[in-house]
Amino acid sequence: MALAILLLPLILAGVALLVPSNRARPWLLPVAGVGHLSLVGAALGRLPLGSPTGWLVLDPLGGLVLALISVLFFLCSLYAVGYLRHREDRSNRVFCACLLVFLAMMSLVTWAHHWGLMWVAMEATTLASAPLIYFNRTARSLEATWKYLLICSVGIALALLGSFFLAYSSLHEGLPSSLLMEDLLRNAPKLSTPWLRAAFVLLLVGYGTKMGLAPMHSWKPDAYGESPGVAGALFSGGMTSCALLMVLRIYHVCHAAGEADVARQMMVFMGLVSMAVAAAFLIRQRDLKRMLAYSSGEHMGILVLGVGIGGPALYGALLHMVNNGLAKGVLFLSAGNIHRAYGGKSLDEVSGALRRLPLSGALFLAGFLAITGSPPFGPFLSEFTIAWAALGGGQFLAGGLFLALLFAVFVGMGATVLAATQGRPSEEALATSYRDGWLTGGPTLVMMAMVLMLGVHLPVFLRTLLLDAVRFLEARP
Amino acid sequence: MNGLVDSLLVVILLLNLFTLGTSRIRAVIQVVALQGILLGAMPLMIHDPCHLQTLLMAVGTAGLKGWVIPNMLSRAMRDLSIQREVEPLISLTKSLLLGAIGTALALAFARHLPLVEGHAAGLLVPASLSTVLTGLLILTTRIKAITQVLGCLIFENGVFIFGLMLIEALPFFVEIGVLLDLLVGVFVMGIIINHINREFSSVSTERLSSLKE
Repeated sequence: MALAILLLPLILAGVALLVPSNRARPWLLPVAGVGHLSLVGAALGRLPLGSPTGWLVLDPLGGLVLALISVLFFLCSLYAVGYLRHREDRSNRVFCACLLVFLAMMSLVTWAHHWGLMWVAMEATTLASAPLIYFNRTARSLEATWKYLLICSVGIALALLGSFFLAYSSLHEGLPSSLLMEDLLRNAPKLSTPWLRAAFVLLLVGYGTKMGLAPMHSWKPDAYGESPGVAGALFSGGMTSCALLMVLRIYHVCHAAGEADVARQMMVFMGLVSMAVAAAFLIRQRDLKRMLAYSSGEHMGILVLGVGIGGPALYGALLHMVNNGLAKGVLFLSAGNIHRAYGGKSLDEVSGALRRLPLSGALFLAGFLAITGSPPFGPFLSEFTIAWAALGGGQFLAGGLFLALLFAVFVGMGATVLAATQGRPSEEALATSYRDGWLTGGPTLVMMAMVLMLGVHLPVFLRTLLLDAVRFLEARP
Repeated sequence: MNGLVDSLLVVILLLNLFTLGTSRIRAVIQVVALQGILLGAMPLMIHDPCHLQTLLMAVGTAGLKGWVIPNMLSRAMRDLSIQREVEPLISLTKSLLLGAIGTALALAFARHLPLVEGHAAGLLVPASLSTVLTGLLILTTRIKAITQVLGCLIFENGVFIFGLMLIEALPFFVEIGVLLDLLVGVFVMGIIINHINREFSSVSTERLSSLKE
């Protein structure tokens, strides 16, 4: 099963490199999306999958992330067909192949139960996604790609050092050094505490760079700002969720070792700092995609904060990961449409999006309301759970700051989003030929419907999966 | 046996200082290549040299880090006719001084780390920490894109030295995966450097500053 899920996109990536037609090639993406989605659907019914001592195991936690990635990729792949039709001026050969390799490597991250393999897969997601940022071939996108590659490579190298420290923590106590999750969890109470703590810090910082936690977020606004909307959607919903999974994995080991309190304190701190930095940059932000990037940084902060607060907030954080992934998808895809229609993404060019693009403009506005935690959308529920857990658990400072920062972000983002959607579009914007189409509007609409549904009624299978994942994380050997 | 490893590690430490003090990029590339070959030789001295995995790892490391990657970078230098000077942000004397302080601190710090018997006396841990610091220093204080790649490589070398103590934890596949990622990483970075050169007619990352906030 694991091999099928990994090989399908890889083989199709090879096919994408061979297909000569620029117009037919993007259709490989939905083919991969449908295949991946059905395989993942079959796998989720039989959790946990894989031999417990093997390197490839699909546990409920990995299954949750894998399901999110699969749904997101499928909807994005349909959008990509519509998007690439508007960009027939340039070859999409590398773009399509890299998207598929990116999907395969993200899936590998969710399956991997060996820290070395996880590292290889995470680094591979960086390398496969770098060409996605450079699709537009401009000086600015080049700069963004370089920053992304360099900062993430350094971050991920720190994570490798952290993984080694983790292995050393068992070697130090005379245990055979191993990087398998199962061995580490079983021996967790015996691991050397100083090395485990050092490993946690390095892994949090290393994979936190990939998540875009402040202060290692500096690649994020550039990479999201300069890449096509579809890449932004997959970065902010898929890749960052993979990086969060890595942070949850080391938290899992710390929890099993009885070191959860230290880890939690650090995560609460990192989460609040990320939210504060993002809020500061969100206020008076004039560039729509950079605004979304800072919002993504804010939500990565919320996720780490939720895990750090613990208790019911852990459930809230996992639910928020799903909500954030889908809502960010809506925002990035509709922002991509707005970018196409106006030929720009800054408030200097964009105004009156509701008139110029009735569907995308409305979805952008609704996506903004959803991501900032307005009822009845999904993120309201998950953010409420986290705030409730913090205040109910006596963590008034963290809970109070969390709510205050959410409010600041709402005000900051609101000003930009309202300026972009309200008012009258300029004459130049009305003259461009871009219109909302089925392929660029439809997937976004479906994502928005899912975000709404998550707020109104949580489907039973998702609820079970979330609870299983929480139970998996909290279980002690 | 351990004496030999330690003398190689001393060479690596000296090479670190040399990279910080030299003004020629080509010299830095050669140093990184030499470090790669030394790193390739080390698994043979620490572990059973007759073991196939150890042998393959040694050959793979020395081949990729000591030959393929440096060659790629040298070719990039030649093809893009990159100027020979490194263009540091702080003076070479200062970076050399910082590197020396870092190495001294690493040596002092490693004494206080809770280490396994066999590792406490050797130089593996301080050499690893010092090489990581050197890599970071080169990454942050050199302007040219190609020197930043070299900084990344030195950083990875430092992590690799730490990994030498953990051969059982890192099976062959993972080692190869790590090396392969490194290779592809340098390759992708090479392509991007190429584009930077074409776009700005220079490989200095100083021009990459339009995305500031």
